[in-house]
This record gives sequence, structure tokens and C-alpha cells, in this order.
Amino acid sequence: MLKSFRIGGIHPPENKLSAGKPVQSVALPKQAIILLGQHIGAPAQAVVNKGDSVKVGTLLAKAGGFVSANIHSSVSGTVAKIDQITDVSGYKRPAIFIDVEGDEWEESIDRSSTLIKECNLSDKEIIQRISDCGIVGLGGATFPTQVKLSPPPGMKASILIINGVECEPYLTSDHQLMMEKTEEILVGITILKKAIGVDRAVIGIENNKKDAIAKMQGLVSSYPGITVCPLKVKYPQGGEKQLIDAIIRRQVPSGGLPIATGAVVQNVGTAFAVYEAVQKNKPLFERIVTVTGKSLKSPSNFLVRIGTPIGQLIEAAGGMPEDTEKIISGGPMMGKAIVSTEIPTTKGCSGVLLIRNLESAREEMSPCIRCAKCVSACPMGLEPNLLAKLSTFSNWEKCEHEHIMDCIECGSCSYTCPAHRPLLDFIRLGKGKVGNIIRSRAAKK
Amino acid sequence: MNLVLIATLSLGIIGAISAVILYFVAQKFKVYEDPRNGQVEEALPGANCGGCGYPGCKGFADACVKAESLDGLLCPVGGTPVMKKVAAILGREVAESTPKVAVLRCNGSCNNRPKTNLYNGAKSCAIEASLYGGETGCAFGCLGNGDCVKACAFDAIHMNPETGLPEIDDEKCTACGACVKACPKMIIELRKKGPKSRRIFVSCVNKDKGATARKACIAACIGCGKCAKECPFDAITIENNLAYIDDNKCRLCRKCEAVCPTGAIHAINFPPRKPAETESVSES
Repeated sequence: MLKSFRIGGIHPPENKLSAGKPVQSVALPKQAIILLGQHIGAPAQAVVNKGDSVKVGTLLAKAGGFVSANIHSSVSGTVAKIDQITDVSGYKRPAIFIDVEGDEWEESIDRSSTLIKECNLSDKEIIQRISDCGIVGLGGATFPTQVKLSPPPGMKASILIINGVECEPYLTSDHQLMMEKTEEILVGITILKKAIGVDRAVIGIENNKKDAIAKMQGLVSSYPGITVCPLKVKYPQGGEKQLIDAIIRRQVPSGGLPIATGAVVQNVGTAFAVYEAVQKNKPLFERIVTVTGKSLKSPSNFLVRIGTPIGQLIEAAGGMPEDTEKIISGGPMMGKAIVSTEIPTTKGCSGVLLIRNLESAREEMSPCIRCAKCVSACPMGLEPNLLAKLSTFSNWEKCEHEHIMDCIECGSCSYTCPAHRPLLDFIRLGKGKVGNIIRSRAAKK
Repeated sequence: MNLVLIATLSLGIIGAISAVILYFVAQKFKVYEDPRNGQVEEALPGANCGGCGYPGCKGFADACVKAESLDGLLCPVGGTPVMKKVAAILGREVAESTPKVAVLRCNGSCNNRPKTNLYNGAKSCAIEASLYGGETGCAFGCLGNGDCVKACAFDAIHMNPETGLPEIDDEKCTACGACVKACPKMIIELRKKGPKSRRIFVSCVNKDKGATARKACIAACIGCGKCAKECPFDAITIENNLAYIDDNKCRLCRKCEAVCPTGAIHAINFPPRKPAETESVSES
């Protein structure tokens, strides 16, 4: 019996079209557009000016607060301007535009592909290096990694959980990374273990990636303290709280941090980025992006420099099919529909999904029939139908009382609703309002 | 027969005792209510719209009676006539208030502002705004799902299917402010109704740079500043690439409307422009 989280969950069609496709590099863009807010928290502050010449790996912007991350150049060239550009949210955000000339890297970066296993840095030095290199959680939430590695006083981590679940349908970037950079990930995990001072790490992988599980299991024996845990194929198995529940059978308290359970969760992509940052001194400026879709000529996994326009990735995968109705940045469940192909890739962009007009059509919403399918699907044990209703009635107090802030926005409720009610849209609205109320209340105190 | 008598008597006695107890309890816990509360409430419109900031007309009436003076208390629906009645009941003075009306500060009709994408989610502005910037290149403008229409308790706002924008009925609008609160883009503003309902305002809230704003909507305010230079009363300020007309300073001369290159400044309920008339106004 495979391990899994205990409450709710759904199983959408997997559609992993690009599984097993080797990671290819994409041509450099003519102009890279690097957003200043690529992570959760305060946007970074630009430290370059118009006309400055930069190399690959040059620091472009410094972290703008405690929860924030440095941003480095992914290309070499000249800073053309610092201006606003529409990002994934559909709103304009500041970004640095770099005209690409050649491909010259900073000398400090080790570009060789030799595996370096030894790491002699202390835990503080490792965290400092991670912070300098602007590493953020690459699973999609883009939470700055150095913050996650420094638990608040009084809390102590006892286990490191590595998220190789990739439960979103269509996406295969983490899968392919685990296949191609297995040893590097394991070294990265060893470094992370040292940084947080734990001697045990578990890699959770969903059971539809049997080759990755086998490959990892074959290699972990030479890395003490690391085990591989195959998990049941169920969405959202890769949610931080769900993964902790699945692997160590502990639940994150409502409103609490995951560290309260003694677990620190990091994505496999983050572990690889940590390896590159610590052992190769390479800042986070490229990542693997799955470009996929049912009509797309060749769904692929690309190694993409951050700041490459999404349109260029679609071109590299065979061009935009004519029946494309919707383009999603991320996976189909939690990703965001984007309004333009000029939007640049960011650190958190794990996939680009082209949806055909057949699949994107929304069914007409009909009244709730109280079937409670959403209740049984909710992995957080909430009542989505009730929350959605309270939110439409603007009953924010009741929303808070019903734990609306515990919603992880996985979309299982909307997916499962037979009346096609966009439950998550309503809940997200309420979550925003209640969040504001809670913040203003905390500010008053 | 005897049985009936006993039953009647015992019930009657219990009733009498209860009545006495109830009488004393009622006396003991009597809550004194100012009779004027009811009178004031009678004088109010009774729409319970909450535009005054109190929970319904009863709440406002209580607040009026309790307050020392009527400064700062205003029923926007009833305006000065109703406040005068309230003042008469309470024997207090009330200052003349300027009637206000809601204005829509967006000019992004289907023709002016072409769509760049389609939104097919739940038909609510609040939800659409929480998801992304909207169907057009302008992330500031009206989303057109009619949250303001739903919020209006006076049937004063209706969507115009041709423009895709809401239209506010001057006659019905009571300036209660429900639509202002309902709009997630903060496009609707309460402004002075003006003499003969004449008013001038910048019908745009786009804070993008001129070129970007113009690309998204041909009637956007581009922040060029021509109106601010033209204004003889210093009523126009430009901030974040957006002009704003202060309705306390504006004297309705219409000079700004004439110079606006994009037609973002709207002058409402004015007679058709005659050269002689504009001159005479500017002289005054």
C-alpha cells in the first residue's frame, strides 16, 4: 500500500505528454526581460542602471526585504531600460530589459559538468550562499529558500522532505530533472540537510514516475540518511502540507508553519539549484520548463534562461497550433492563464500549457445540488461549497471562522463540481478579503 | 360543572399573578427610548442603503439623536431637505450640503478599448479582478461585469450593452456610495452634482505612461498636462500620468475639455458649445 495524504484528493487525467523527452536548450532571446518580483514577498531592488553591461550571473537586483530574493542576469549584454511589463498576473510590474550580446558568463561560475560531492562550508555559509544566489522554491510557490532554511526561534527541523511528486497533470520538468541530474540532486539534498542540521531526508515521488524512483533508489545507498518514498498518484500529493501528511503522518496546524511538524520541504528543482549555487557558484538564472499541449507538434522539456518570452518557447516546441484557445503558465490545476506571449518566464514558471478550444470551454454554471463532492475532494478538509457561498454573501467573519485561510487553492473543488461552479474563484476572493482583514487587525495591535 | 369552575378559577388566578409579575418586571427593566428616535427615522428615506455609514436608517436616526450637533452626519439619499427635517425635530442647526452624484471614470467602451483576450469565468468584477487585469490592455478600467449594478439599491445603474460600460442615471442616483465600494477597480467616484447637474471630470483612471495607456484605449488620459496648463483655477493636478479635476476648485469653464487630445475629459449636461458662451464664462 503506497503512502498518501489522508483527506480528499482527486485524480485528473495525467496527460504527461512530454515525459521522457530529454532536456533541450532554447536559443537565447534577443531581449531578456527580467521581472523584479519573481518570488513571494517584497520585490527586489534594481542595482543596475540603463546602459550598464552585464554578464550571465551578474547581480541585477538585491532582495528588498527579509522575505525576498536576489535576481541575477540570465544573459550577457546591455541594460536597455527598466520599465513596466505585463506579467502572469495581467498587471504591469517593473522589469529589467537586457539587450542580448553574445553569451559571456561571470568568471566565478564553474561551467564544467563534473560532479563535486564534497562540501566543506558550514551551515551558515551554505544559507548565505543560497541567499546570495537568489534561490527560491522552484515547485511553483517561489518562496525564498534561505527563509525556509532558517526556522523561527524555538522551532527545530527534524526531517527534510524533498518534493519530487509533480502531481500537476502535463508537467514533466521535475521528472526529467530527476532522470538527468540524479546525483546532483542527491548532493544538493546532502547540502540542504547540513544547512538545516537534520540527518534524515525523504524524497517523495509519485508512483507514475517509476523510472525516476528506480534511478533514485539505485543511487541513494551512497548518500547516508536519504531514502526514497514512492507515493500514490493523487492530486495534490505535491502540496507542502499534503506531502508532510503523506510521509510523516503529521498535520500542519491551521494558520501555522510547516516547520511546526518538524519538517522542511524543498522541491527537487530547488535541491538541484542549491547544488549549483553551493558547488558551482551559479546563481539561479535558468530552469527547466515543460512546454506542452495536446495539439502542440513536439511537447518538450526546455532548459530556459529566465526572462525568455514564453512565445519563444512555444516556437521552439513547434509553433502555436491554430486551435489554441488558452495559454497557461504552470500546470492545468494551479497555473494561471496568461494574456500575452510576450510575458517573460520567471523562476516559478514550471510549464507552459497550450489548451485547445475544446478543452478550454467552460460549462455553464448551474445551482449547487448539495452533493458534497467538493467536500470529499478538499485535501484540507474544508467545505468549499459553504466557503464559496459565504464569500458571495460577503460574510467575511463567517469565512474566517470556517478556516478559509487554510485553502491551498489547489482547485480540486472546482474540478470535481458536477454543477460546474467555479468554487475556487469565489473562495479565492474571500481569501483575499479575509487576509486583508487579518493583516489590518494585526497592524492595529 | 364544578370541574369547569375550578379550572377557570385556577387559570384565572395564575393569569392574574403572572400579569402582576410581568408588570413589575416590565417596570424594572424598562428601556427608555427617546421618542424622537422614531420621529427622525420616519423622516429618513427608509432605504437602509448604508450610505451614511450607519447600519440602516434606524442606526442613523439613533446617531442623530445622540450626537451633540449634526455636523458630519448626512443622509446622502435625502440630502439637505431631509437633514433639515431631522434638524427641525431635534431643534438643531444643519449646514447646507452640496448634492453629489456617482460618476464613472472610465471611457473604455468596446470601440475605444479593444479586447486582447477573453474572460469566461464567473460573472463578477471582484472575481475577475482577483484573477487578472482584465480583458483589455488597460488593467485599470471597467471590467463590465456589473458589480455596481447589483450593488445599487435605487436602480440607478444599468449596463449599456453597446459600450459595455455601466451608465448612471442622475435622477435616480442618491450618492449613497454602494457602487463606489462594490467596484474593485475604484473607478466610480462621488462628485458634486453641480448646478443644473453640470459637471466636468476626467473619465479615466489609467496610471500607465501615455503611450501605453493610449495603445490600450484611444480615449485614455495620457497625462500630457495640457488641461492643467489651461485651467485658470488651478483645479487640475497630474499625478502618476493621470489628470484629476478637484471639484471644489473647478468652475466649469470647459477649457480643459476643449484641449484634451484624447477626449478623456467629459463635460456633462452642458448646452452645445457656442464660442460666445465660453468667453463669457471665462470672463466671470
